[in-house]
Amino acid sequence: MFENIGEMLVLFWRTLMALPMAWRQRHKVFEQFFEVGNASLLMVCILSFFIGGETALQTGPFLAERSFAGYLGGIVGYSVCRELAPILMAILIAGRYGSAVAAEIGSMRVYQEIDALRTMNINPIQYLILPRLVAIAIALPMLVMFAILVGWMGGAVVSASNNRIDIPVQVFFKNLQEVVQFRDVGNGLFKSFCFALIIGIVSCHQGLVTIGGLRGIGRSVTKAVVNSIVLIIIFDYILTRVLLK
Amino acid sequence: MNAPDSHQAGVGVEVRALKKSFNGQEVLKGLDFKVEPGEIFVIMGPSGSGKSVLLKQIIGLELADEGEILINGESIQSPDVMEKYRMAMVFQSGALLNSLTVGENVGLYLAEHRLKPPEEITSIVAKNLELVGLKGTEDKMPSELSGGMKKRVSIARALIVEPQLILYDEPTSELDPISAAMIGQEILNLNQRSHVTSVVVSHDRELAFGIADRIAVIDEGRIVAIGTPDEVKSKSDPAIQKFLHAEIKRPTKVD
Repeated sequence: MFENIGEMLVLFWRTLMALPMAWRQRHKVFEQFFEVGNASLLMVCILSFFIGGETALQTGPFLAERSFAGYLGGIVGYSVCRELAPILMAILIAGRYGSAVAAEIGSMRVYQEIDALRTMNINPIQYLILPRLVAIAIALPMLVMFAILVGWMGGAVVSASNNRIDIPVQVFFKNLQEVVQFRDVGNGLFKSFCFALIIGIVSCHQGLVTIGGLRGIGRSVTKAVVNSIVLIIIFDYILTRVLLK
Repeated sequence: MNAPDSHQAGVGVEVRALKKSFNGQEVLKGLDFKVEPGEIFVIMGPSGSGKSVLLKQIIGLELADEGEILINGESIQSPDVMEKYRMAMVFQSGALLNSLTVGENVGLYLAEHRLKPPEEITSIVAKNLELVGLKGTEDKMPSELSGGMKKRVSIARALIVEPQLILYDEPTSELDPISAAMIGQEILNLNQRSHVTSVVVSHDRELAFGIADRIAVIDEGRIVAIGTPDEVKSKSDPAIQKFLHAEIKRPTKVD
């Protein structure tokens, strides 16, 4: 994985250089945006509702026994927006969208479609990579925003309905409002933007370097997902450290 | 590859001492030949003799290790040469973009480079598909087409560029004899219509002798014969004769 980091940085740089062409490719960006966003929405909803609920369930009874149940809204709100929603949505999208991108570009590579583009003087970076990277860089933070809100709701519902916690929804959100600030949400969204770039570049790069027929495509898909997740978790630590209050 | 203009004379191609290795194995061991403008030049040879690699180097998809390739006397390495001349390649698999319709595939070059307005592209695409005998297939997906049809769409896509040089990689492989003959005829028609230079890589003997102005036979990375079809046929070199007259021998029945 690490020997390819140089290649991935070059690919990222070239895609950045092609950024002025993004408007021209807006139809493709929109298609990809739909692919990342709309198709993942239901999954994001279910996942984030349960993440919020589980966080409340793990911490709620412990706090309630020690009469600190009033702080639950803040704890759930803070952990969902700064950590859980960004990282879990990134992993979900790496599995859903990263794998699809690696498979699509990989099969285009194997079946010489990328060579065909080059013979027509069409730059594969502008035609294939740029729309995918722009789409995921916009869509993932939006999905995470959505996941944060649904996650908070999940936490509130579990806190109110579980009799070992038993905190009214209003109390949950009042504490959440006191603890969580806009910059905490911004922090989570910034992280998810960085994770989106990682997923986009790793998956596109794996697609572009695919060799060896159908087996090679399978290998690229696996590598795209695994490498994305590993890099996301490493970068999560680095970003958390840098952005620590 | 600039905007197509009315000037469409074929270009000359010259290959000098071309060498290429993959993983330490020498595939091309020093090729020298010249293709005249407007000529149909067929490169024959057994599978794995480096024919496809040669085509990829001519169109700039692969870089040569040694030697050079000249288009109208200018090296393809020098800046802007690849943009100056219009070239197209018909891939062995067709290499159509599977996510696009036939019409979008054929019109891709014009649409991506914004050379014509969409309505004009539609009519040019229809005209080009008609030229290759596939009228009305614009809305089909490549997966709905047979192997022969895919290759014809690929030829139509190459024609959109109004090329001065077309490279064909095994244009008749995996095709039935009728489709193969149609493709051969198409290559001839194109050459007569627009005097485009055609370099065809193939191991199909019938195609080669049917369409070629000149033939080069490659074996193990070297040219073993070059000349008109009659000249090549008359060479006495056993390697050439073996390739040109390879046949299946039935085992003799023993009662």
